[in-house]
Amino acid sequence: MNDLATYNFAYLDEQTKRMIRRAILKAIAIPGYQVPFASREMPMPYGWGTGGVQVTASILGPDDVLKVIDQGADDTTNAVSIRAFFQKVANVAVTTKTKEATIIQTRHRIPEEPLRESQTLVYQVPIPEPLRFLEPRETETRKMHALEEYGLMHVKLYEDIARNGHIATTYAYPVKVEGRYVMDPSPTPKFDNPKMHRSEALQLFGAGREKRIYAVPPYTQVVSLDFEDHPFEIQKFDRPCALCCAENVYLDEVVLDDRGGRMFVCSDTDHCEDRRCAGHAGPMLAIEEAAE
Amino acid sequence: MYVAVKGGEAAIQNAHRLLADRRRGDRSLPAITIEQVVQQLGLAVDRVMAEASLYDRSLAALAVRQARGDMIEAIFILRAYRTTLPRFGSSEPIDTARMKIERRISATYKDLPGGQLLGPTFDYTHRLLDPSLLGDGAVAEPARKEPGEAVMRVSDILDSDGLIEGDGTMPEGHVPGDLTREPMEFPMPRDLRLQALARGDEGFLLALAYSTQRGYGRTHPFVGEIRIGEVEVELDVPELGFAVSLGVIRVTECQMVNQFKGSANEPPQFTRGYGLVFGQSERKAMSMSLVDRALRTEEFGEDIVAPAQDQEFVISHADNVQATGFVEHLKLPHYVDFQAELNLVRRMRRDYETARDGEGDMKEAAE
Amino acid sequence: MTAQSQIYAGGFADPEFEAQTVFRTLMDCFARPGTIGRLTALATPPSPLGMATGAVALTLCDHDTPVWLSPALVKSAAPNWIAFHTGGPVIELKDEARFAFVERDGAVPGFDQFALGTAEYPDRSTTLVVEVEALTGGRPFIGRGPGIKDEVVIAPKGLPDLFLDLWAANRALFPRGIDLVLTAEESVLCLPRTTRLSIKG
Repeated sequence: MNDLATYNFAYLDEQTKRMIRRAILKAIAIPGYQVPFASREMPMPYGWGTGGVQVTASILGPDDVLKVIDQGADDTTNAVSIRAFFQKVANVAVTTKTKEATIIQTRHRIPEEPLRESQTLVYQVPIPEPLRFLEPRETETRKMHALEEYGLMHVKLYEDIARNGHIATTYAYPVKVEGRYVMDPSPTPKFDNPKMHRSEALQLFGAGREKRIYAVPPYTQVVSLDFEDHPFEIQKFDRPCALCCAENVYLDEVVLDDRGGRMFVCSDTDHCEDRRCAGHAGPMLAIEEAAE
Repeated sequence: MYVAVKGGEAAIQNAHRLLADRRRGDRSLPAITIEQVVQQLGLAVDRVMAEASLYDRSLAALAVRQARGDMIEAIFILRAYRTTLPRFGSSEPIDTARMKIERRISATYKDLPGGQLLGPTFDYTHRLLDPSLLGDGAVAEPARKEPGEAVMRVSDILDSDGLIEGDGTMPEGHVPGDLTREPMEFPMPRDLRLQALARGDEGFLLALAYSTQRGYGRTHPFVGEIRIGEVEVELDVPELGFAVSLGVIRVTECQMVNQFKGSANEPPQFTRGYGLVFGQSERKAMSMSLVDRALRTEEFGEDIVAPAQDQEFVISHADNVQATGFVEHLKLPHYVDFQAELNLVRRMRRDYETARDGEGDMKEAAE
Repeated sequence: MTAQSQIYAGGFADPEFEAQTVFRTLMDCFARPGTIGRLTALATPPSPLGMATGAVALTLCDHDTPVWLSPALVKSAAPNWIAFHTGGPVIELKDEARFAFVERDGAVPGFDQFALGTAEYPDRSTTLVVEVEALTGGRPFIGRGPGIKDEVVIAPKGLPDLFLDLWAANRALFPRGIDLVLTAEESVLCLPRTTRLSIKG
């Protein structure tokens, strides 16, 4: 009972890594297709990034520099926890700088800084099947993918338009990859969808509880589903980041008081810090610094 | 004034210190030992072993203590440890016919060879809080019978008359599947379904089993036999040419006898539902056997009309570690997605107000 | 070296880390078809299995992956080497193989004889590992598709004459189809089934 704490490099045993690595290679070869894999029980709960953690653990080497974000931020508790896990089991170098990372594990965001060829983005995915909420049965959705039968998805989006005048899906907005598979981009805001299209970086998706791995290779077509008369559009914010003045970035709404006071700040904390270091200052910055 | 939330790391460390403090509780009381948990909370240990699919009483007890008595948390801890263990081989199927029986009951026969043996059961205890357990009073030694001959299975009695279907043989050379090592796929063969049920959540299986009794997929069950006791686990070693014993485990087995099936080619026979669980857990083994039979609906050419008969529904939701993870993940930050929804609701309200004001203007113009 | 010692030698000295670096090169090369990846860890398998080919086998094969070997490899010490170091069962049926290996100058079977996956599970297809004379200096092809920015020129030397037709037929099966790893000496070049090839010039 005293040997409980002897784990392999990056926690997973070699056989498990091989199994996941084979799944990753097939996923790359069939962009957007969900490869079933024998997901392992990890020492963190299902739904908290076990898929992403298994993918990262299988690709990670001693020379990698790892960044982990949740909601775009490096200091959210689950990101901190996953980063600490890899420091402990793989003794890997970690960073909060997007530019310095070779592997970025993410939940719910894609960094604002365009990713490069030398980087791999690993997404944590809760429900990998984009058709799941239209058809709960795996046996059925698998057939629909095989037959490229995506009518149901278009009907759903069209019903949105009929009811609301526009498509009411704001995150986990379905995409079509390389003209073949409809894919769930994970619950990123649709703001991030265009970043997936022809990205320089390899994008890997891990869903631990649902036991699926999928991939988008670099320079691959990723198109958000839409209609000619209702083209896909991303969220727009009518003001820049209150701390760094960035425009065309995704903002978090921060409640300042109980009298309706609000400010909007970058969701990507590294991007925001970078800009502030470079001298960009938003109206709330002075106040924040004074408070520290 | 705005101060950004920082220092997640320190917050986590402090939370864990507080957790350790609460786990230990009042320091003036002696700490509970693993051996005490093994000895005195044995059924909690059994459940953790069963649903973690790992037979190790001490580690299960450690998990129970570490989890402060939260069963699903303890199961989770033990499973995460199990994942890291190397596989040396697969044991031979255990032979429950050779079980050293501690409890054995049948609801289908009044008396039968080997007899009815009540064993350490809560049945027929009156559920009155027992003040004598407030202290550490003397407990009388139980009456013991020397473990005798192997006791025949009730299903074998029916089987010898051809009155019950066979015991589910597998094709020659069939290697039993392993859910924890291979990706799941539906429809799922019975060996894998039984594995999923054996490690499935006791409460979930209990509710499903109950639902079949209330008409949601009725199977007309009788408890052919429940037996609890120790069986030997053996590993075939090709180099030696024979199987060696690895040790003894306690299991609970339930054979449910269900209403018949027959066809033009086969005379009517009872059908079976099977339950087998680590440790002593009759509730789980019985629930498992009811759900196993319900999941065989298609095999018997019956229509799937109830949740307990739907294997994709049952198997996909029976695992409490998966379920608790996903339900509880909702407490993780989702503010990025929420922001997206917030923006949309605001936009829809603007559209609504514009449309309403527009209507008002039109009315005014008309008046 | 005796035949026996050949079988037990030649694996990775440090399997955990060497398998990781070989895998990363393979992953990068599959993600960027046409890129030539130099392996930083190699195997020394018995001839005619090459160093890079051996490293691929050690990295990806195990008990769960039936392996098909070309007739020449079957006759060599390769089956025992693969069995000893990876545990991969060597089988005769091409269409049940998860991995298939062909030595340099060996005849490459038609791709459609291997496992191609099904419409529901296109991932259940063979990854074919073929050793060639060299990864450059042959007839140039232009590659396009996922992972390739605009286009890439590849010119492996020692491919079968009918390679382009075989590959086009494989591409036409998408999303089914085999995936190909070409090896030479210490390097690999990967062609996932998505890559479209045409003659340059």
